[in-house]
Amino acid sequence: MDLRDREEHRIFRAEVQDFVAECAPRAPKERMFSYRIEPKKFADDVKAWQRLLVERGYACREVPKEYGGFGAESDHLKSRIIAEEFFAADLPQGLMNQGISMFVPTLLAEGTEEQKKTWIEPTIKGDLIWCQGYSEPGAGSDLASLKTRGDEDGADFLINGQKIWTSWAHVADMIFCLVRTEPDAPKHKGISYIIFPMNTPGIDIRPLQTMTGHPSFNEVFFTDVRVPQANVVGGRGNGWAVANNTLVHERGFLANANLSQERLNRIEKLLLDETVDGRRLMEDRAFSDRYFRLKARVHAMHLHEMRLASMMQKGEKPGLAGMVCKWIGCELNFELDTLAIDAFGEMGVMFDGIPDIMLDGVWQQLSMYDLGLIIGGGTAQIQKNIIAERGLGMPREPKPAAG
Amino acid sequence: MDFSLSDEQVMIQDSFRGLLSRDVSLDLIRDVVAAGTACDANLWSALTELGMPGLLITEDFGGAGLGLLEATVAAEELARAMAPVPFVGSAVLAPLALAHGENDELKSAWLPRLAAGEVRLGAAITEAASGARKGTGVTADGGALSGQARFVLDGGGAAAFLVGDQSGGLHLVEAGAVGLESTLFPTIDGTRSVIDIQLEKTPAQLVAGGNSGVRQRLIDAGRIILAAETLGAGAEMLRRAVDYAGERKQFERVIGSFQAVKHMCAEMAAELELCRGLVWHAAYAFDHLPDEVTEAAAMTKSHVDDVGRFVARTATEVHGGMGFTDLMGLHYWFKRIGFNRAALGTPDRLRGEMAMRLLTG
Repeated sequence: MDLRDREEHRIFRAEVQDFVAECAPRAPKERMFSYRIEPKKFADDVKAWQRLLVERGYACREVPKEYGGFGAESDHLKSRIIAEEFFAADLPQGLMNQGISMFVPTLLAEGTEEQKKTWIEPTIKGDLIWCQGYSEPGAGSDLASLKTRGDEDGADFLINGQKIWTSWAHVADMIFCLVRTEPDAPKHKGISYIIFPMNTPGIDIRPLQTMTGHPSFNEVFFTDVRVPQANVVGGRGNGWAVANNTLVHERGFLANANLSQERLNRIEKLLLDETVDGRRLMEDRAFSDRYFRLKARVHAMHLHEMRLASMMQKGEKPGLAGMVCKWIGCELNFELDTLAIDAFGEMGVMFDGIPDIMLDGVWQQLSMYDLGLIIGGGTAQIQKNIIAERGLGMPREPKPAAG
Repeated sequence: MDFSLSDEQVMIQDSFRGLLSRDVSLDLIRDVVAAGTACDANLWSALTELGMPGLLITEDFGGAGLGLLEATVAAEELARAMAPVPFVGSAVLAPLALAHGENDELKSAWLPRLAAGEVRLGAAITEAASGARKGTGVTADGGALSGQARFVLDGGGAAAFLVGDQSGGLHLVEAGAVGLESTLFPTIDGTRSVIDIQLEKTPAQLVAGGNSGVRQRLIDAGRIILAAETLGAGAEMLRRAVDYAGERKQFERVIGSFQAVKHMCAEMAAELELCRGLVWHAAYAFDHLPDEVTEAAAMTKSHVDDVGRFVARTATEVHGGMGFTDLMGLHYWFKRIGFNRAALGTPDRLRGEMAMRLLTG
């Protein structure tokens, strides 16, 4: 155990610090959580920042050069150093969205050379926005029971069916979609992972109004949507395995310690600044107690991520340790939001708040959004099944008896 | 940066786990608790051969010269096995006090015998760690101590006691000293011994003065060790719960296939996983980051105590009625976790300390 940087990492940290000092003025002012709450195409300054980060190797750094990336060797500690230094300087890190965080790693692992050449570069530069066509009205936690089908028609599939909870579909250029192409195969073997443009004829997108007041996801209807069979990623009928690969990436990006730390820092300032009857909230043991409970959890998340990074650095499989982050992290964020809202008292019900006080005006938005993340990307209950069954080796739920 | 155990630390873990899984049985724990000695002589000898009493004692005094991180690795295994031997008081607090103290005579007199497992020491630092209660407290006058020291960890069978006074000084008092009376303080955890001692102008030797900072080092170390123990005990309770749920059948299914039960186990596992980084970091901070350790120790113990309480009750519940009986002995781990939660600072007190430091800068 050695928590200091070794020589190579000391040099790297200094490089990142130089970059931060030099380039901070070029960072976009509008932060990612406003995009998360209300999806829209990336503004020019966001894309320019992303291009700069990709070019310098501070975003998508492991994406090979021939696909527009930086081509760095996998080094979890360097990724961590980037995150730490950007966080310390309050700079936005590289974009994280379903295209960059989920589709690109999947394509790198499973795609053909042509697919990689075509799709990766515009995606990591923020020019192409992707949505994920997984869940259906009848296939949520039991995703493999999905019914959207692709019928062979010459060299194409004709896709019919419906997806739901499709985040960003109303602004997306492309979709990666799970479609049942082998109707006679067993449930998990009949699915293909297919990519196609969202402007293909036959796609009807209906934004779903959400509790946050903003449509962040959609219902997507497919009627005879014609897609070349060549758009399958990872082979026909292999979609379940390909999708599981992607879900691993999704769970990492839904919860991480920096997201929680940012909330915690603002809460600490809030509790030290805000007074009630002339007394600072932090002097109220009820509030300081809640604050320090959550601070310990945020600290534990950071350390846990360091532990995971060290395991991966050594080539060890994290197993159980890797399975707990989504559930713990999402619950933690919701608890942090709740503390902030409670600290504001009546002011805490402010909705769609004043932009220049940023987070202080959007805690209600954040808390609803974070509740959504407890459900999305595999519900808390599904996460617990995964921890119990794959992490602890407990038996699976038996199938109900026929009849 | 490397946040993992070294090969040597893994070796320590393996050797403790190996010995303890061979030598500690539920019957042994029951016998020691029934006898009220809180120490099994054979196990003590075996662990002495492994170097347990001298883990933190430097090599020139016959110890292993290791750090607190290694001690937490050992503590976790000792609690996992629920080994009935003194540790936190005799092998951590007392040797650290002597080693960090200013009294060279005491070092040469006691450290080699401690490392060799020939004597054990108790530690009375409760007032400093948990606050002074009405009627307790020790005052030092010249070379003599008077007053009551409560909650002397590993006090039973100890040859001498490390005693904190009201002005922050630390003293060593021999068990047979004039004016000393000890009373057994029965606790829920029969695998370790606690006594109260009453002192009346009892001769003592100064280990470290009030301004030395040694006392805070001891409090930090003790809190980290107890958190490591709770992590080990909690992990063992979870293991037993998962095993039991995989065997016990109801409604023609093992109960571990019911989501209600699975989710209890998943929650325990997730919460315990997150504790490991806290314990490692706090111990590492004790060894290498002196500015951070007091906060890290308080944060770690407060959080791990809460997780421990959750795991202790949940693992018991997974066992159904069997968890409440003595048949499976699960309660020994439950009680250790409860003991640790109360000792050297409850979670509430620790969070209060952190708030005070934040507010007063």
